[in-house]
Amino acid sequence: MSIFLDRNTPVIVQGITGKMARFHAKDMIDYGTNVVGGVVPGKKGQKVEGVPVFNTVKEAVDQTSAEASLVFVPPPFAADSIMEAADAGIHYCVCITDGIPAQDMIRVKRYMRRYPKDKRMVLTGPNCAGTISPGKALLGIMPGHIYLEGNVGIVGRSGTLGYEAAAQLKELGLGVSTSVGIGGDPINGSSFKDILERFENDDQTEVIAMIGEIGGPQEAEAADYIREHVTKPVVAYVAGLTAPKGRTMGHAGAIISAFGESASEKVEILSSAGVNVAENPAVIGSTIASVMQ
Amino acid sequence: MDIHEYQAKDILSNFGVDIAPGALSYSPEQAAYRARELGGEKWVVKAQVHAGGRGKAGGVKVCSSDHEIHEACESMFGRKLVTHQTGPQGKGIYRVYVESAVSIAREIYLGLVLDRSTQRVMIVASGEGGMEIEDISMEKPDSIVRSTVEPAVGLQDFQAREIAFDLGIDDSMVPQMVRSLRGCYRAFRDLDATMVEVNPLVITHDNRIIALDAKMTFDDNALFRHPQISELRDKSQEDPRESRAADRGLSYVGLEGNIGCIVNGAGLAMATMDTIKLAGGEPANFLDIGGGATPERVAKAFRLVLSDENVQAILVNIFAGINRCDWVAEGVVAALKEVEVDVPVIVRLAGTNVEEGQRILAQSGLPIIRASTLMEAAERAVGAWKNDLKLGANARALK
Repeated sequence: MSIFLDRNTPVIVQGITGKMARFHAKDMIDYGTNVVGGVVPGKKGQKVEGVPVFNTVKEAVDQTSAEASLVFVPPPFAADSIMEAADAGIHYCVCITDGIPAQDMIRVKRYMRRYPKDKRMVLTGPNCAGTISPGKALLGIMPGHIYLEGNVGIVGRSGTLGYEAAAQLKELGLGVSTSVGIGGDPINGSSFKDILERFENDDQTEVIAMIGEIGGPQEAEAADYIREHVTKPVVAYVAGLTAPKGRTMGHAGAIISAFGESASEKVEILSSAGVNVAENPAVIGSTIASVMQ
Repeated sequence: MDIHEYQAKDILSNFGVDIAPGALSYSPEQAAYRARELGGEKWVVKAQVHAGGRGKAGGVKVCSSDHEIHEACESMFGRKLVTHQTGPQGKGIYRVYVESAVSIAREIYLGLVLDRSTQRVMIVASGEGGMEIEDISMEKPDSIVRSTVEPAVGLQDFQAREIAFDLGIDDSMVPQMVRSLRGCYRAFRDLDATMVEVNPLVITHDNRIIALDAKMTFDDNALFRHPQISELRDKSQEDPRESRAADRGLSYVGLEGNIGCIVNGAGLAMATMDTIKLAGGEPANFLDIGGGATPERVAKAFRLVLSDENVQAILVNIFAGINRCDWVAEGVVAALKEVEVDVPVIVRLAGTNVEEGQRILAQSGLPIIRASTLMEAAERAVGAWKNDLKLGANARALK
């Protein structure tokens, strides 16, 4: 089993009539993802890439039994769309949108706690590349063909750096169980720890690769969790050794503003938790290969 | 986005936080005039720059006459103020704030931040005002009081009272403290701030609570709904290259090294910088041109990176996923034909159709140094830069 998605998971795309959303919806369908509909207020009755568009997520869930959603809605409206998905009974939501106000995300996180834990939607992102379970389904914008199906679980904040890792693995003949982007924003839906927990309990995943960067406490929280609870080998890379303090490096969340948030401190914290840290991005794949033998 | 002290004080006072009377000036004459308007016998002249640590750097001066105000202003206007937060290049002083001096009985540190662990707004306070929070947490960690705000209902009075009592504020002044805390929180929440820092918040000898300094940072992603905040942007306080990049939708951070970087994706851009360092070089910049890497963006990126005169080699690292390498390669070739580039260019492409991309680069007739892995690209960039240093010095001198 992979985590979050399989071949049959019914998926909707919120904001499907937008140019980029349409493009990626097609890409997801071509990959084999079970896309069953889209949601755009006021566009009910239209069809995009052969799937029906609904006015509300509730309606889409009623008509299609959708379980997962991809949010591809512009930043001012994205938080609202995520909450709509949570309220309509979507189990798993990926938000691609980059540029959502941080306080909107604080409200989203608070809102999701209205639902008891067993009914609470899982959110990954925003500002991420999505989730892919190679050979099964793609819920995001990553290029599907760079992933082989296999046993490495990847979780990372950066999109293209995650591609880099997957491509290195493919070069070595190694595949991926699921790759999850948790996004580059300061307030995100799921943390490294949340995804590590899933991989630890996933029988397809043998090794976990964690791709972090400067800023925030989530790599250090993951290190604590790994020390106590993770039995599978973990490989990590942390980007931003040369990043200056106090500057935002592209991702809104990539800023060193407190102790333990620099790349070198995170490397040290992860190493001390028994994580195999790749020294540079070019050896992420080979470091993973070395722990698989 | 950062704003000036005087702007932050103006905002906070609209939310019920008391400030000392003050006025903005653009010249020494205006500053002296403002002081006379304010009345009193003692004023503080404060350089308005987007950085902390102004006091130690000579950016804050207490004056008690026209003459002293003139002198203080002469030492500020047009100069660059270098504090531990500005970097060695400093920040230009073009505005000063003249404020009536107050008699301080006690200084308090007050900060509101987005706490990433709890994913909520956190209030941080300490009785050790006037010190930087980093120093307080090193030297007097026990003096720090923290409180997180429940986003559904906002800051409650009891929380503000708890903070006030924890700081040992006199009972009679607790309501005033509650008002100041609530004002700061409401300004933070209503205007989408990411940081509000009042350091110090002072208690005066006549029992008033006043924000003596104020710093606010706003969420760039939320500026679309606060046009009145966007208008406070002061480009004179930004690195000109960074503002130009931001205006063009590129994410750029200038650094001290010589190897310029053009990369798609923030994580990959940082990883590229790190690899350059590992290969023995120093990156000149962080630059994320976004997932797309269109020819227009690549051309803009070359112009931007070349505007840094320290750049002696450029490393392009693009992972083409949805966009194929052949398309990216055509973009790089088009950009290099359009923009005059007089430093070695190293290109590493990876992802879809990489062979075709390499072929286009090779057959372009342009002196592009190709690399297949990130490490190789970084090594070649460092090698080209060192070689260019040896060979290029003469060539450059002749130009």
